[in-house]
Amino acid sequence: MKLWFKSGSPWIWLNAAAVSTCLIMIVGVLGLIAVRGVGHFWPHQVIRFVYQEQGKQPQTIIGEKVDTNITPAVMAKSTGFTMADDEDTLVQYLIKTGNRDVTGTDFRWIQERNVKEQSEPADMMVVERREWGNFYGQLVEVKENGQTIAAGQQAWPVAQIKIDEALAVFEEIADLEKNRIGAINYSLERLRLKQRKLELNNRLDDAAKQEIAAEKAGYETEYQQYQAQLAGLYQKIRNNSLVAKTESGSTVVIPLTKMVRAFRPNAMSFFDKVAHYGSKVVEFLTDDPREANTEGGIFPAIFGTVLMVMIMSIIVTPFGVIAAVYLREYAKQGFTTRLIRIAVNNLAGVPSVVYGVFGLGFFVYILGGNIDQLFFPEAAPAPVFGTPGLLWASITLALLTLPVVIVSTEEGLARIPSSIREGSLALGATKLETLWLTVLPMASPAMMTGLILAVARAAGEVAPLMLVGVVKLAPTLPLDGNFPFLHLDRKFMHLGFHIYDVGFQSPNVEAARPLVYATALLLVLVIVGLNLAAIVIRNNLREKYRALEG
Amino acid sequence: MTAQRVRTHAIDMSSILRVKGSHHEQNEACIKVENLNLFYGEKQALHDISMEMPKKKVTAYIGPSGCGKSTLLRCINRMNDLVDSARIDGKILLDGENIYDKAVNVAALRRRVGMVFQKPNPFPKSIFENVAYGLRIQGVNDKRVLEETVENALRGAALWDEMKDRLNDNALGMSGGQQQRLVIARAIAIEPEVLLLDEPASALDPISTLKIEELINELKEKYTIVIVTHNMQQAARVSDYTAFMYMGELIEIGATSELFTNPVKKQTEDYITGRYG
Repeated sequence: MKLWFKSGSPWIWLNAAAVSTCLIMIVGVLGLIAVRGVGHFWPHQVIRFVYQEQGKQPQTIIGEKVDTNITPAVMAKSTGFTMADDEDTLVQYLIKTGNRDVTGTDFRWIQERNVKEQSEPADMMVVERREWGNFYGQLVEVKENGQTIAAGQQAWPVAQIKIDEALAVFEEIADLEKNRIGAINYSLERLRLKQRKLELNNRLDDAAKQEIAAEKAGYETEYQQYQAQLAGLYQKIRNNSLVAKTESGSTVVIPLTKMVRAFRPNAMSFFDKVAHYGSKVVEFLTDDPREANTEGGIFPAIFGTVLMVMIMSIIVTPFGVIAAVYLREYAKQGFTTRLIRIAVNNLAGVPSVVYGVFGLGFFVYILGGNIDQLFFPEAAPAPVFGTPGLLWASITLALLTLPVVIVSTEEGLARIPSSIREGSLALGATKLETLWLTVLPMASPAMMTGLILAVARAAGEVAPLMLVGVVKLAPTLPLDGNFPFLHLDRKFMHLGFHIYDVGFQSPNVEAARPLVYATALLLVLVIVGLNLAAIVIRNNLREKYRALEG
Repeated sequence: MTAQRVRTHAIDMSSILRVKGSHHEQNEACIKVENLNLFYGEKQALHDISMEMPKKKVTAYIGPSGCGKSTLLRCINRMNDLVDSARIDGKILLDGENIYDKAVNVAALRRRVGMVFQKPNPFPKSIFENVAYGLRIQGVNDKRVLEETVENALRGAALWDEMKDRLNDNALGMSGGQQQRLVIARAIAIEPEVLLLDEPASALDPISTLKIEELINELKEKYTIVIVTHNMQQAARVSDYTAFMYMGELIEIGATSELFTNPVKKQTEDYITGRYG
């Protein structure tokens, strides 16, 4: 035994155990969010239960089985269930029944022992709607302009054609509303600001007034045109609808304008399901959120996260590198530089929410407020930069990640052998030329390492962002076709905040939970992607500037 | 040791030069060190050194480790400026101009006085860019001029034939001896007047060392060379004049053949006969 201790084996085992614990935890986390998140988009069977609670009439319930809960009889009894003597456990299913507009709830727990019959009828239809969540039921007829055009057996194929048509029209409408009319609104607002600015400067003479009025009239007519177009499009689909009946027998009219898709999961083949899954994933990645973020896609959040991280990188890299170069190359090493280094290192340990408070207090209110006063007096009282937005969020995170960039750049600079510097100086290069031509390129992999750490930290940060620019739902992306294209003053969406919002602030937590996992998985993937990009760049640089051996 | 005595040596040296007579006209001094003292903080590393190094000749510094020969060499292109604690008084005249004058541009000085270090230190760039580095700093970007200069410099360093097909390879892929010759090529590409070699062969194998020594023999046609070496045989082989230093003082300087066969000082004799060092 003593020999075994002496051999060092226990030590090796201990080390191996520590490593495997880490691995298991990482794999576990990723596995959990992957399984829960990825599974969400698969079309589940719609089951029809004949359900009879004791002493009541049987009823039918249809829906997707979402969760199963097994409770030991003793515990079930203590929570108020009556249990027969021969029952060991109480099995409950969570059923997503949808039809919130009819029943008021989306989910319902049922007890297995009360289920008298279970079946999966092929004609069960699931409709994803823009309002009221999913609908589960059977299709009765399809109406166009208020007239029934198909019923019974023919209804389903006709409905699919009509839905596709409606979706195409709907897309046109969305494009008109969001891009065309959005652009006009944006231009009109700029025009209003221009007028206000002239007014403030006392330069609003008649000529200017006329010019503005003419321009405004131009936009107005354009707007009228689009409006007419829009009305026509709406006309096309407004009165088209599906009539369906729920399991309780009530009839529901679903206008095609309110539909996203309809499908019959029980009748789908495996390949249909795969196709459905694909389209759901694509929707998740590319669409705007619906229904208080609990349905639809998260594209604005992905976009916001990536854009914010990029702007942050653009700010933090030069800033950190320049600071590190001064500290390492120019500053006289001594007590002061040591103090500064300690301060910088400690800055990395400040809780991020403190940065958020600082960002709000200093960047948003003081800096932003002054910028507004100086450059945008015409917009008052509405703030332009004096309100949380993309720029301030990026700068706040740049400040947050500055220490890691400084520290790793400094380490990189310290690693450059002095023989290389002397070689350059001996050729008649000045210190600056030596830095630019030799030292900084050789230290660039270290800078990239700093940037990688910064990106990893920034992309996952949520707390400070809530104070300086992230919102639950941003009406427009910070990058669009309207001049000046990148709108740094706009608020934006962020995956990390989205997770928090969907998971904890949503009116329909049950429905949103899988989305939380899916979003979390995506956030991890985005961070991994950003890091991989930076790592690839760094490895290329390393290869290029392989330092002298030894 | 007193300044007086060192100055006597300097006079000794000029008398030796005069004695050697026949080459007298060519032996005008290129570098003149006058009463040079160097301190690292409180510690004095060079004591009142005066000497002359003639043009287009090879002068070798020999002496035991820590005797200040590298420090003296690094004074000639003001490399010691990089050491914060170093303080210098005295003069070094390059073609009659004091390089420690306040008006002197250090970068310009280093262009006139090239240096090769103990360990090869090529930049992590291509062979071509390594040699072109000095020119690029001077703002030369004309491709033809660069190519021509690089070729001449590589030929000058006896590296052209080996490397002409590999100009775009990374210099760090070369052998140690090749790297050292590349560094010499890099130094001569900017056509300095003086070439300082700080133990250029100490990290190399015997064959590479031989090549470097041959190279030095060729280079002295065009450049004034000062070489620091540990190796007395090397000093005897490559140099025209040799200076023996000990404990930061210049003990003796003279024509190499004289110094090795007939040293004036007892210390020199002890050193070259291997009694210490």
